[in-house]
Amino acid sequence: MTQNPVPASAEPEGAYLGAPAQYPPSSPSQRGIFGEQGSGDTSGFGGLVRRRPALPETPRPYGGYFDEVVDALEAAFPAFADAIERVVVDRGELTLHITPGRIAQVCQLLRDDPALRFELCSSVSGVDYLGADPRRLHAVYQLTSMTYRRRIRLEAAVTAEDPHLPSVTSVYPTADWQEREAYDMFGIIFDGHPNLTRILMPDDWEGFPQRKDYPLGGVPVEYKGAEIPPPDQRRSYQ
Amino acid sequence: MTSTDSYASARETTEGRVFTVTGGDWDEVLGSGGDPIADERIVVNMGPQHPSTHGVLRLILELEGETVTEARTVVGYLHTGIEKNLEFRNWTQGTTFVTRMDYLSPMFNEAGYCFAVEKLLGIEDSVPSRAQTIRILMMELNRISSHLVWLATTGMELGALSMMIYGFREREYILDIFELASGLRMNHAYIRPGGLAQDLPDEAVTKIREFLSWMPARIDSYEDLLSGSPIWQARTQGVAVLDVQGCLALGVTGPVLRAAGLPWDLRRTMPYAGYEKYDFDVVTSTDADVWGRYQVRVNEMRQSLRIVQQAMDRLEPGPVMVEDRKIAWPAQLALGADGLGNSLGHVAKIMGQSMESLIHHFKLVTEGFRVPPGQVYVPVESPRGELGVHAVSDGGTRPFRVHYREPSFINLQALPALAEGGLLADVIAGGASLDPVMGGCDR
Repeated sequence: MTQNPVPASAEPEGAYLGAPAQYPPSSPSQRGIFGEQGSGDTSGFGGLVRRRPALPETPRPYGGYFDEVVDALEAAFPAFADAIERVVVDRGELTLHITPGRIAQVCQLLRDDPALRFELCSSVSGVDYLGADPRRLHAVYQLTSMTYRRRIRLEAAVTAEDPHLPSVTSVYPTADWQEREAYDMFGIIFDGHPNLTRILMPDDWEGFPQRKDYPLGGVPVEYKGAEIPPPDQRRSYQ
Repeated sequence: MTSTDSYASARETTEGRVFTVTGGDWDEVLGSGGDPIADERIVVNMGPQHPSTHGVLRLILELEGETVTEARTVVGYLHTGIEKNLEFRNWTQGTTFVTRMDYLSPMFNEAGYCFAVEKLLGIEDSVPSRAQTIRILMMELNRISSHLVWLATTGMELGALSMMIYGFREREYILDIFELASGLRMNHAYIRPGGLAQDLPDEAVTKIREFLSWMPARIDSYEDLLSGSPIWQARTQGVAVLDVQGCLALGVTGPVLRAAGLPWDLRRTMPYAGYEKYDFDVVTSTDADVWGRYQVRVNEMRQSLRIVQQAMDRLEPGPVMVEDRKIAWPAQLALGADGLGNSLGHVAKIMGQSMESLIHHFKLVTEGFRVPPGQVYVPVESPRGELGVHAVSDGGTRPFRVHYREPSFINLQALPALAEGGLLADVIAGGASLDPVMGGCDR
């Protein structure tokens, strides 16, 4: 009896290709192409529910030093109501969602106000909330106050069509390379940056690799007669 | 001018004026019209492949004689897309990627990542104390090994070649300890979300105790070797000065900031993982130069030894993984004759005795666990400064986004501030004193 060889190039039947470019289109039900409902199937073949990061908002009081920080910012900043979109307290961390055009002003106050004193900009990074937020590109700033030993996070969201944010390099020179990285990876354009060029990718690279609709790439690998698809095309569990 | 000598005359060519000197006539040539290149700016490419750039770092230096007037740093040659790759693997697999970022401090990469995942899961308090103690033990051993490599490579670059051999020799001993614990010298993936990949074996405990017995004298001997040397002093003292304001503006943290006089050490100022229970000093210096950074790093090794000693005293038998079986990795590795591998007991159980265990193992290993949506930023004090992990979850089994605030990347921004206006030779000393690791910088 001859054994049928494993068809090497055939795709696994019914498998969900996990590449971000192949994510099911954003639909109200956020369900995938198979539309399996409520079966409790966790095999990855059925229950293709797309989980989307929630966008919560926290009411006052925020607890801890968070109220003090927000109060101090409100007192120091006349356009506070206009600049702060949402306040989120989650897992013991405070996030202020800032109107994109105001981010540099807010940083300036956070650094200089004696009641705030966020001297160090620890990190600037980008996150692409494709499908979850119409303003999908978020720039995330982690600020540290060495005087008060506090940390807060600022977040500013822009669309992919108009990805412009004021640069904070004049307030925090350390943001220079980090904004360049966020530009390189997400295509967020920081207006007023002295030298906004690619930093990690080659200068002539096309596209923004960390965006969710940018594929990972990779080649299938043959292992013991079976073909293992590249990581972004393997079955994924949502 | 030796214009009569047809073999050694100055002549105009399309490339410019060509001088021929035959020996003993240098003054004659220069005297004729001054130094022909005196007012010329020279742009020199240092790297990306250069023995003193700690990996693939490229410096574009504009020189006036031996003085650097402008320095530009080009990074990205070692970019491997680890952050992107993490989004296509489950949360546990992430440790095997992040450990490869900064290859001189893999334990810190893993620990930062795991603290972030645990914070997202809300299980920081249920991680067993033995696991936390071993994590601290491993991180401090790693800090020593990282500082040893810094001392070794910087010593080599500044002319103290013996230091290179001694530094790497002792580092190798620490890597042997890591190998006993995790099976690998580097790229350990030893610290996992929820605990550790496996318990610390008794051989490793013995080896650490042995290490503690002779290492303090070795650190003294490094200081004996270097500190009194007039060459070492001349190459480090007053070189590449960066004060506290400069450090804060440029975001420089770690030994460089502490060498400028600010006692900012996250282990003390914003304690994590139980560091508040350990007794150690935050080492500072007020020199703010390469010498100060050398002093801080050497003394930090001594403080790390104190922490390792205390962690050894606190080691008590117990689990090294969280109780929750929905998160805890089901298999522990076992030490065999040919190194670490599958635990045969575990394989026998899932393949021969318990169908439920097999299903559980399969589900957790192939699918992974889900992490509730949200984002966290977890900083740890790595040998190079604040290593921050910004992790975002969308509620799935894979990270939605993980970003590393790499101290090498941030600190390298200070290189022009250190180098410009100084001598070319001090670029090497100044750059080395930042301790950049390009694997971490470029990720």
